[in-house]
Amino acid sequence: MIDTLRLTAEEAMGLLERKEVSARELWDAYRAAIAERDSELHCYLTLVDEPNGEGVPIALKDVIGTKGIETTAGSKILKGFVPVYDSTVARRCKDAGLVTLGKTNTDEFAMGSSTENSAFGPSRNPWDPTRVPGGSGGGSAAAVSGGLAPWALGSDTGGSIKQPAALCGIVGLRPTYGTVSRYGIVAFASSLDQVGPTTKTVRDCALLYRIIAGRDPNDSTTADVPEVELPEREDLRGVRIGVPKQMVEAEGIEPGVREAFERTLELARELGAEVGECELPLSVEYGLPCYYLVAPAEASSNLSRYDGVRYGLRVPDAGYHEMVMRTRDEGFGDEPKRRIMLGTYALSAGYYDAYYGQAQKVRTVIRREHADAFERFDVLVSPTSPTVAFELGAKTQDPLAMYANDLLTIPSCMAGLPGLNVPCGLSEGLPVGLQVIGPQFAENTLFAVGHAFEKAIGFDYVPERLR
Amino acid sequence: MTEWEPVIGLEIHVHLKTRTKMFCACEVVYSDPPNSHTCPVCLAHPGALPVPNLVAIEHTVKLGLALGCEIATRALFHRKNYFYPDNPKGYQISQYDVPLCARGVFVVPKPDGDQEVGITRAHLEEDAAKNVHVGGAGGRIGGSAHTNVDFNRGGTPLLEIVTEPDLRSAEDAKRFLQLLRQTIVELGISDAEMEKGTLRADANVSVRKQGETEYRTRTELKNMNSFTHVARGMEAEIERQIGVCESGGEVVQQTLDFDVATGTLTPRRSKEEAEDYRYFPEPDLVPVEPGAELVERARAALGELPGTRLRRLEAELDFDLAEGLVTSGRDRLYERTPGDRRAVANVLMNELAGAGIAPDAVDGEELAKLVEARASLPRPVFAEAIARSGDEGFRAEPYLAELAVTDAGELGPLIDAILAANPGQVAAFRGGKEGLLGFFVGQVMKETQGKADPRAVNELLREKLAG
Repeated sequence: MIDTLRLTAEEAMGLLERKEVSARELWDAYRAAIAERDSELHCYLTLVDEPNGEGVPIALKDVIGTKGIETTAGSKILKGFVPVYDSTVARRCKDAGLVTLGKTNTDEFAMGSSTENSAFGPSRNPWDPTRVPGGSGGGSAAAVSGGLAPWALGSDTGGSIKQPAALCGIVGLRPTYGTVSRYGIVAFASSLDQVGPTTKTVRDCALLYRIIAGRDPNDSTTADVPEVELPEREDLRGVRIGVPKQMVEAEGIEPGVREAFERTLELARELGAEVGECELPLSVEYGLPCYYLVAPAEASSNLSRYDGVRYGLRVPDAGYHEMVMRTRDEGFGDEPKRRIMLGTYALSAGYYDAYYGQAQKVRTVIRREHADAFERFDVLVSPTSPTVAFELGAKTQDPLAMYANDLLTIPSCMAGLPGLNVPCGLSEGLPVGLQVIGPQFAENTLFAVGHAFEKAIGFDYVPERLR
Repeated sequence: MTEWEPVIGLEIHVHLKTRTKMFCACEVVYSDPPNSHTCPVCLAHPGALPVPNLVAIEHTVKLGLALGCEIATRALFHRKNYFYPDNPKGYQISQYDVPLCARGVFVVPKPDGDQEVGITRAHLEEDAAKNVHVGGAGGRIGGSAHTNVDFNRGGTPLLEIVTEPDLRSAEDAKRFLQLLRQTIVELGISDAEMEKGTLRADANVSVRKQGETEYRTRTELKNMNSFTHVARGMEAEIERQIGVCESGGEVVQQTLDFDVATGTLTPRRSKEEAEDYRYFPEPDLVPVEPGAELVERARAALGELPGTRLRRLEAELDFDLAEGLVTSGRDRLYERTPGDRRAVANVLMNELAGAGIAPDAVDGEELAKLVEARASLPRPVFAEAIARSGDEGFRAEPYLAELAVTDAGELGPLIDAILAANPGQVAAFRGGKEGLLGFFVGQVMKETQGKADPRAVNELLREKLAG
């Protein structure tokens, strides 16, 4: 009997290698779990009928282009769209023998923090189905947490891997910008988008990152990546951990989240780490507003291709311009429209310097501030999300409250830095996530630190109500 | 009364000769069936990313050097955002404030001295696809029944050259374009054929009173597809603007199409508001950094540029001949053809040009023999020899053997016979109808199958008729 709630991908590989289970049995186990729980959790937008390989199954966020499998990015405008080519990450997963279970739910074009912006309805948190799984990669996080996939890929622009991982009590890595190819990923904000793993353990995370990372001739912004090391150590001796003052003192951090975080810092000291305070004043103050200029600006341009001319939805009308307007009006939901308008405004003649141009300058400042912190520290830590999973509908009427979810994840994204979420405890019976940020290309450090925390904390990633 | 002075600046688009498109691996072929050279990148499928064509970048650097430009060490691609069916991404990848080449000076020799034409910039961009509006109003999208889009041209590399408003007559502009075209062709970066649209020139034209330092309102001329049309279009527009100014009117800023057939200028429908392209740096591409090595290699390969050669040849010919030779690409053959300089130049510009012989294929030494013997060769023999001069392994000797008949001993009896056979004409000539000489010459040439030397025949005839 395969317990998909508990089984890690690494264990699943072992079972296959030792021929204790067949790939088919593994596949069937996840399909059974999906049949049992996905009507409640709504993690998947598309399920693949037959396995396309002999390896461990995987779920892919629906912004990841998959040849022959519908890819909607959670949008009505791409309903029914079947890519003619595989994204580089989908291709690498196939080449590594991974078998695609299906495509997971996402806020429309990855714009959101709860999956409530999906055109196809929200996903639900396996710990409490009245609550959101976070977003935009809520489908992937809930699938892994709820035992509907051993692991999954998400994409992160301002926190869309780290935040849902935190809210669902699992591990999520947003890699260094440029380590994972964006080729074939439905673009949201090109200078920020990164694909990364959503997994039960840090070792699974390293294993999946090893598969997807590396330079890709099809993505000019990718770089060579240091060889990935699977973490073994269970202590933090000699590791210098910085705690950005402005992050832990930020408004809106729930007391339960703060407590879990403080306990983790204590634990870090016990494990031999040097813990010290550091400063990221401008990053925390300006990170969020800058993000909401840069990301919508790029999105407004990236989403221009959905014009009804070549693929996807077309709402016919008398002329070309009328057709484009009606198609986009009916095809896009409120959040993409809101961001297209914001971004178009930020790029307009006469406003560029004040908005997009200025935001890019601030981004340089944010990068420098982080670089300064890494002169003294190996990693920086903070809570990943200021709150635990919130109830569905709690923030849908207040976009700014929804945006504030990403206050702590955004600054390092703006700096292009890698960040790892590791579950660090519970608050009100819901998972709290620890964010570990590293310098560029320091994924191995993140894995080592995350792994030591994971072992010491002993967090049980199976949602209590499903144990 | 002060004279009007035209002020002209040019914007030139050149289709670069590359095997593949600017940002994808599709072949550049315009003649194949529509949409047979397309891929996810040039069709703007979700997730597709551009990868720059290095050959196109090298081509641009070469031209930039030939135009005396500074080559950027770190150039940027920008996105130019607008909606149109031939623009699948909703933005064109172009260059904006940091082009590959800028601030050049192109020296154009004129009979009365050098004209220095400032080159504002030369940059790389991708061409749009081809819209074919079917049915309805005159090839425009508005009112057409439907529009077919052929993406074979979409994404092909296009070089844009912008000059300063330094040109002061249509003739100067034409001269500049011809020399520029020759330079482009010699660099091997494009066929640069206006008739085929691989070289397109738009002109910004205004007029002002001589002595004025400010520029007046300008208009933009489009659709001129040969050097002659460029000159005619500009002349017509200059004349129109002078008319407007002299009658106390104001020139309105607008775009005009030049109709070659009628010689008239038609304004394009003006847009209600100025287009805002929302330029911003293309985040899918890293900056282009042409290395010093690449630049030096390109510089070393430049050779002696057409303008310099023109000045050198002018010293031994006259300006017009030198310019004709250089801009027609015949000056290299001229230089490898020994003999009387003017005679060689004349044969190249008249007989060789008339016969449409590609100069590169001609052996200069053999051609020199023909030029030297020209006076003594029967005309049809010379013409035949020239027509064959581009053939592989062409030798002049067989033609030289057919020297014209000049020998009085041979021609004398023939002429006597002709005079004896035409007593009426002889009497008329002697009676004062000297125009009949041509008749007698014609008879001699007929009898000798054109091999008689006309000068010798003339002399002998006059002698005998006088007698």
